[in-house]
Amino acid sequence: MNPFSPRNLLSTEGMSRHDIELLFGRARLHARGLRAGTPLRSLAGRVVANLFFENSTRTRLSFERAAKALGADVLNFNAATSSVSKGESLVDTVRNVEALGANIIVLRHPASGAAHLVSGKVRCSVVNAGDGTHAHPSQALLDAYTLHERWGTLEGKTVAIVGDVLHSRVARSNLYCLTTLGARVVVAGPPTLVPVGLEGLGAKVLPSIDAALEEADAVMMLRVQLERQKESMFPTPAEYARAFGLTLGRARGLKPDAVVMHPGPVNRGVELAPEVADGPANVILEQVANGVAVRMAILESCG
Amino acid sequence: MSKPIIIRGGRVIDPRNRVDGVRDVRLEDGKVAAVSERPLPLEGAEEVQGGGLWVTPGFIDLHVHLREPGEEGKETILSGTRAAVAGGFTAVAAMPNTRPVNDSALVTRLVRQRAAEANLARVYPVGAISKGLNGEEMAELGALRDAGCVAVTDDGRPVMSASLMRRVLVYTAPLGLPVMVHEEDLTLSAGGALTEGPRATRLGLLPIPRSAEVVMVARDLVLLEEVGGRLHVAHLSCAASVALVREAKRRGLRVTAEAAPHHFTLTDEAVEGWNTHAKMNPPLRHPEDVAAVREGLADGTIDAIATDHAPHGVMDKQVPYAEAANGVIGLETALPLTLELVRAGVLGPVRAVELLTAGPAATFGLPGGHLAPGAPADVTLVDPGAEWTVEAARFQSKSRNTPYEGRKVVGRVVRTVVGGRTVWPLEERR
Repeated sequence: MNPFSPRNLLSTEGMSRHDIELLFGRARLHARGLRAGTPLRSLAGRVVANLFFENSTRTRLSFERAAKALGADVLNFNAATSSVSKGESLVDTVRNVEALGANIIVLRHPASGAAHLVSGKVRCSVVNAGDGTHAHPSQALLDAYTLHERWGTLEGKTVAIVGDVLHSRVARSNLYCLTTLGARVVVAGPPTLVPVGLEGLGAKVLPSIDAALEEADAVMMLRVQLERQKESMFPTPAEYARAFGLTLGRARGLKPDAVVMHPGPVNRGVELAPEVADGPANVILEQVANGVAVRMAILESCG
Repeated sequence: MSKPIIIRGGRVIDPRNRVDGVRDVRLEDGKVAAVSERPLPLEGAEEVQGGGLWVTPGFIDLHVHLREPGEEGKETILSGTRAAVAGGFTAVAAMPNTRPVNDSALVTRLVRQRAAEANLARVYPVGAISKGLNGEEMAELGALRDAGCVAVTDDGRPVMSASLMRRVLVYTAPLGLPVMVHEEDLTLSAGGALTEGPRATRLGLLPIPRSAEVVMVARDLVLLEEVGGRLHVAHLSCAASVALVREAKRRGLRVTAEAAPHHFTLTDEAVEGWNTHAKMNPPLRHPEDVAAVREGLADGTIDAIATDHAPHGVMDKQVPYAEAANGVIGLETALPLTLELVRAGVLGPVRAVELLTAGPAATFGLPGGHLAPGAPADVTLVDPGAEWTVEAARFQSKSRNTPYEGRKVVGRVVRTVVGGRTVWPLEERR
């Protein structure tokens, strides 16, 4: 199945370069419209349902902003106060939301494959806003868009993805998106958090963060999931910061015009030193701003 | 008593008695009366034409979840034994993880009574190792045996406490009860959904390292060697586990093992698209594991093919993968999947039949599993060349959770006889 059918966006795996560049072209248009205060209201009269079964602030707000800017009606669904807590199944919930008139379901769910499951059970469009540790395609597309707008092309560039790759849907989705656009992807992180088989997905796994940073034109620092600390995947946040964090010292060793990215929210002092999080190389807020335009392009292509 | 039956001119494959040839078989008074190379006189018997068919001892499945009592929506002893005889199984061992758990003589007697009412396949209850499968306190193992349990297990759960496992082996040794183990170190598998590997990484399913199974097999073999008893390893699925059991047998330890058809016919590729019908525990493994399980079946390391028939409803499976219940149904597909190994040259027909009959019978010390005169008249007739397509909707089981839907298979059970009485095809269909 094409993960980026005209209806759905489930994954960046299998998306063609042409699909991605087309989307970037629309995103550029939307970005201009947003800046000028004249967004294209191409989803006027359509209904976008944000179904978030997992806590999220920025992704939900970003999708909501994007849908409203396109003129769509937005339904927001909070799993904690819904009948999910009364035992309703995911499939029943999405069918009900579709029956309410939703044209696009934006789904965030803690289980991998949830968006794939839902897309097989409803006729409306499904946009995966993050499923378990599988995929977060809109984040990957906005990350790649951010780099694309800076560089004009990703061809020949090296992007380092650093941190907890095992639990990261952002890392997986970025890996496909970046390599499809011609970039080289290197990965480094605590060995306990680098899953087996990444080479088969197109990444080069490097033994240390320093080896990865040396080559990088862009660095994506993944969020350390401190809530997983009880699993003891690494000794302490302090040791993580020393061994795998982007410290000020390491940031100074980066290529002069290398950029620092982060999907947010940032653990300051763990994966990113505060000075780096606020430093000139970071494009984190640019990512957030671009997110709205890219998500407008995504919703529009599904609507 | 039903009318005597003569099965005429079939290829009798009776591995325990080293028979593989065209014979007439006479069943009378619930027993095998004669097996002869010369035509047997009819003498008032029902004549069954066996030409072109295999005539084998009734299949025995050491690992079946009949779900009764407690989860009758998924399966009952009646529907489960219907599925059994449809698949050629004349006897099944019923796992104790019911509600309530079969950790008492009372539940054991209930299972036996329901099986007698169903009056299809023989049902051998397997009792729990620990009370309520809590993994802490021993169930009344002596009472369970006296009530008719043929083995004990906490199946579905491992015995995480090495100390309890050791005591159970010590305690059951004089009872002669096999201790059947689901080998999984929960601290290693914790939170995982699929065997560690590139596919788990791609699908975003947290990995279960194979060591979760292997370290527990190793632990239990060490305990077995130290204290004796009878260890039976359920659903062996990893290459390293097969190697450990092979080595332990070579050294003379009293260990047996079974493998499930899904572990010798499928790899984790079947999970693609988060297919919850391919979710079971142990999870599907990699090609090298499948090859090792096949080798273990061929060389005698593995004693029995057991289905781990685990019925689940739609609501247990139509959910995201990580949340889906573990288990697949297996009774009605075991024969053709076993025959795939014959066609692939992994097993000869005699070994294949042995793994479904004499092997499991010897493992739990059950009657049957062979066709010498005097043996129970439990017989399965197989058309080894019949082609069909798996359609779960046509199954006798109440549940439909099979990863083989749509698979073209070869080999079909045409008649199942239990105690001299034809139970498949079902009476209403004949």
